[in-house]
Formats: sequence, C-alpha cells, structure tokens
Amino acid sequence: MEHSVETVKQRHASWMAVPAEGSSLVTRALRRFGDWPLFVLFLTPNLVLLLVFTYWPLLYSVYLSLMQWDLISPVKLYVGADNYRFLLQDSEFREVLRNTIVFTVGTVGGTVLLGLAFALLLDQPLRGIALARGVVFAPYVLSGAAVAVFWVNMLNPRFGIVAQVASWLGTVSPDWLNHPKLAMVAVILVALWKNVGFATIVYLAGLQRIPQELYEAATVDGAGIPDRFRFVTLPQLGPITLFLLVVSTISSFQAFDLIKVLTDGGPVNATTTLLFYIWEQGFVAFNAGRAAAAAVVLFALLAVISFVQVRIGERRVSYD
Amino acid sequence: MTRPTKLRRHAGRLLASLLVTLVVIVMGLPLYWVMTGALKTNREIYTFPPVWIPREPQWNHFVEAWRAVPLGRFFVNSLVTTSGAVALELTFALLSAYALVFLRVRGKGLVFSVILAALLVPNTVTLLPNYLTAARLNWINTYQGLIIPVAAVAFGVFLFRQHFLTLPRDLLDAARLDGCGHMGLLRHVVIPLSRPVIVTFLVIYLVAHWNDFLWPLVVTNRLEWRTVPVGVAYLYQVEGVQNWGSILAGTVMALLPMLAVYIAAQRWIVKGIGGGALKG
Repeated sequence: MEHSVETVKQRHASWMAVPAEGSSLVTRALRRFGDWPLFVLFLTPNLVLLLVFTYWPLLYSVYLSLMQWDLISPVKLYVGADNYRFLLQDSEFREVLRNTIVFTVGTVGGTVLLGLAFALLLDQPLRGIALARGVVFAPYVLSGAAVAVFWVNMLNPRFGIVAQVASWLGTVSPDWLNHPKLAMVAVILVALWKNVGFATIVYLAGLQRIPQELYEAATVDGAGIPDRFRFVTLPQLGPITLFLLVVSTISSFQAFDLIKVLTDGGPVNATTTLLFYIWEQGFVAFNAGRAAAAAVVLFALLAVISFVQVRIGERRVSYD
Repeated sequence: MTRPTKLRRHAGRLLASLLVTLVVIVMGLPLYWVMTGALKTNREIYTFPPVWIPREPQWNHFVEAWRAVPLGRFFVNSLVTTSGAVALELTFALLSAYALVFLRVRGKGLVFSVILAALLVPNTVTLLPNYLTAARLNWINTYQGLIIPVAAVAFGVFLFRQHFLTLPRDLLDAARLDGCGHMGLLRHVVIPLSRPVIVTFLVIYLVAHWNDFLWPLVVTNRLEWRTVPVGVAYLYQVEGVQNWGSILAGTVMALLPMLAVYIAAQRWIVKGIGGGALKG
C-alpha cells in the first residue's frame, strides 16, 4: 500500500517538474520564488491557529505547571516542581490515575473486542443486515451529554429499563450511579454502547478487504472455520486493531461529557478520571498550577502508551 | 452436498440471525426508550414495571422543555458555532492539502509533519491555556470564542492530502496546459473530483462540533451562550428528577439533528469512516 502511494507521489513530482513556457531572465527570477507566495497564503491561516491554540498551549501548560496561581491574581508564584510533587504524594490523585486506567482498559478493550464480534456477525449476508449495521453505528454520532442524560433515566433503580431487566433476571437492580464500585462499571457500559459502532464499522471495512483467495487457499489446505479465523482473519486485521487501540485510547483519555452528566465524577471520586480532575482543578478549584501539572502528566502518559502500542504492534503485526 | 452439512449451514444461519437480532435489540433499545419516554405521561414514566408503549403521546413535554430552558437559543448557538467552525475547517483543509500536494516548494514534508503532529496533543492539555487566551481576547460568551480556537484542522488535511495524491495526473496535466491557474485547478478540477471525501469530511467535523461539550462549557458561562449539549445537561439539572418527561423531550430534540444527518448520509459515513480509517 505504501509503495503505491510513493509511486503516485513520484509521478506527481515529475508532472510538476514540467517547465512552463518562456524563460527570460525576468520570469526566471520570478520563478525563484515559484509557488512560495501561494504556498504561504494557503497554509498560513491554519498554521497560525495550530500554533496559537495547539502548540503554544502545550508549552504554556508546562510553564503553568511550575506556578501557583488562582487564575485571577495578577501574580503567579513560581513553585518549581511542587505541583508534581503534590500529585505524586496525593492519594486522591492516585485514585484518579487508577480510575483512568480502569476506564481506559474497560472502554478500549471492550470496544475492540465487541467491535470485532459485531463486525463478524454483521459481515454475514443476512436479510436486513444494512439496517442492523445502521442501528449499531447510530449511537456513535450522538451527543455524549444527551446520551448520558437518557442513560441516567434508564439506569434508575426504581423505574428504569435496567430495573426491568434485573427483575426479569430475578434480581433487584442496584443503584448503579451512586454505588462506589458499580458507578464506574455503568460509565464504561454507556461508553461502550456509544462507541462500539466505530470499531464495528472499521472492522467491517477491514473484513471486506481480506482477499477471498486467502480463505480459499486455507480451505484447500484443510482449515476449518476456527483455523481460518485464527490464521487468516486475525492476522489480516492486525494493522486495523493497532489503529483502533491507539485511536480509542486517545479518545478515552478525552472522555468528559459522559462522566460529567452521569456521575459528576462521583460518588465521592469513584469516576473521576484525569481529564475530569484537570477540569475540576482548573475551573472549579481555580488551581491552575495543579491542573496544568496533571495535564502534562496526562500528555506524557498518553505519549508513552501510544508509543508502546505502536512499537509492540509493529513487532507483532505484519503489514503484508 | 450431503444433508447433514446442509442442515448445519441452516442452523448456522439461524444462529447468526438470532445473534444479529439480539445485537440490534440491545443497541436499539436505548433509542426506543428515550423516544417513547418523551411521549409518556409522568405517571407512565415513574411506574414499575415500565410502560413500553405510551397510551396517549404527550407532545406537551416538548413545549415544557422549550419553556424550562432557552432551547431555541441553544440551537441557534450550536448552528452558528458548528457551521462556522466546519466552514473554516473545510477551507483550511482544502487549501492546505492542495498546497502540500500540488505546489512546488521545498520543505513540504516538514510542514505536513508540523500539521499532523497536532493530532498528538489532546484537548486536555490545551483546555486551560486556551481558556486563558480566550479570556484575554475578551472572547468569553462570543461566537469567536466558540469557533476560532477549535477551527484549526489536522486530520482533515491528512484526509484530503491522501485523496489528492490519487487524482489522475493526466486530467490535471490537461487542465494545466489549457492555462488553468492554481485557483482554477482547485475549483474546477480538484474539488469536483473530491466530492465523496468532502462529504466524509463534512460529516466527521459536523458531528464532532455539534456534539462538543467541554470547550463550549468552558468558553461560555451565560445561559444564552450555551450550545445544545451543554444546554441539555443544564435542562437535566434544572428539571431535576421530578420531570423526566420534559427532560427526555429536550434530549430527543438534541439528538434529532445528528440522527437526521446520519440517516441522510449513512452510506457516506459508513464508507468514509470505515475506509478513511483504513487508509491511515
């Protein structure tokens, strides 16, 4: 795949190297600038925005993380690594880290596994399969805040749909969102419901790209369905799985609206993840330094995780 | 074919159909629940076992929701913010990708890396500094504040660049020889050839901006500047748990625009998002 992109690029390069007509001294001098003015014109607006609202904030976060500041007072107090030291020793922050890991592993692992299972099911040539695919993907395009609001209603232990399901199963529904352990489970389940469609669609596209000949060859070699799945389907889906792991890890670190509406980080701190903590420290407790330090920790954590995922993935995934 | 294998195949199909039905029910039930919930009387809502089909649809819940919070204003804000941001992003992405593919300039690779690297910076890290920047610019509770800080585009540039690299060279060549300048080439050749990618782009960014919660929450603090997602969360807060009918009605209204977009563009979304992901 990469190879073909390369050749296209080369073709473009040769096309663009075709010299325009007429090459007097003046036009040659003008051509020294060539496409530069247009290049600058086309790219500047976007680059300026990226600089001001993406790269500068990154540096500014590092700067703020070394300060003590309440967002209001004109003076920022330099405190060195105090904010980081505080976070390292704070038991609440440790709980926040633990919650973040539980939430990330739950949602990322869940969406990838369920997404694969759903994709395998929805890849069958059954009647009404297009509609089924449509239903599975629909929650992904919905607002997380709105989704969370009606899930609060569904999870209500007295009159919610979950109470009905529990009573069918012969038990009583717990109060999910106010339970110190189950609140996180509920948040993960809602996130799964909302996001599994994305993994499903991506896996479906991947399944449809596996060359039929591979299955035929495997069948000729005497492979049954389980073997074909293990030795053809799974390896072929490797790069996609890697892509999904990286992308859903990044998006799970940014999950905010679901948590804000479902539990507001509670009960106590049971569902406070890193992003929620950063928002709380910055915009509720007005502790800019601590919020910035937590943000830097999150950025570093995410960078390390993505790097490890890609490295491990590249060793185990074959792209051919 | 022997009979047992045929039988087994039938059984397999039946099992697959059953499983697919189960998946559809589990995934679709919440949507059914919120849609019908909005139409139930409050007595039907607060009862157990739950009522599955509202006896008489209660359309007045929608009016109640509209009265409880300025929903109309939320919609206008979301509409302006979303269309403004998406329009800016589409323009930036098309121009950037065009420059990166078709202009003869050295160092394009470096510029592309600078754009792409932005994908590695999560909004978490930029949240507080961007709020401070917006505050310094007096952009709190303004459309500029809602739009401009989130209008930079990285993934979209990547999306268009990948597509532009596959455009047929002969056609572009011919247009060039006919004296087509870069603007003409972009308008009359490249954009018409990129319609499917543009639709994919529009859907992805439309959904992202309409649903965005954190930035609007931070950059606005007056009710009349809230967007739909923040507004719905607010509706849930003020109506408390006493009036689920109007909360659910407001929620349905918040969900409908994206559901409509989704149903209208489903073909493109499924193809675009599935396929677009694979190209990366």
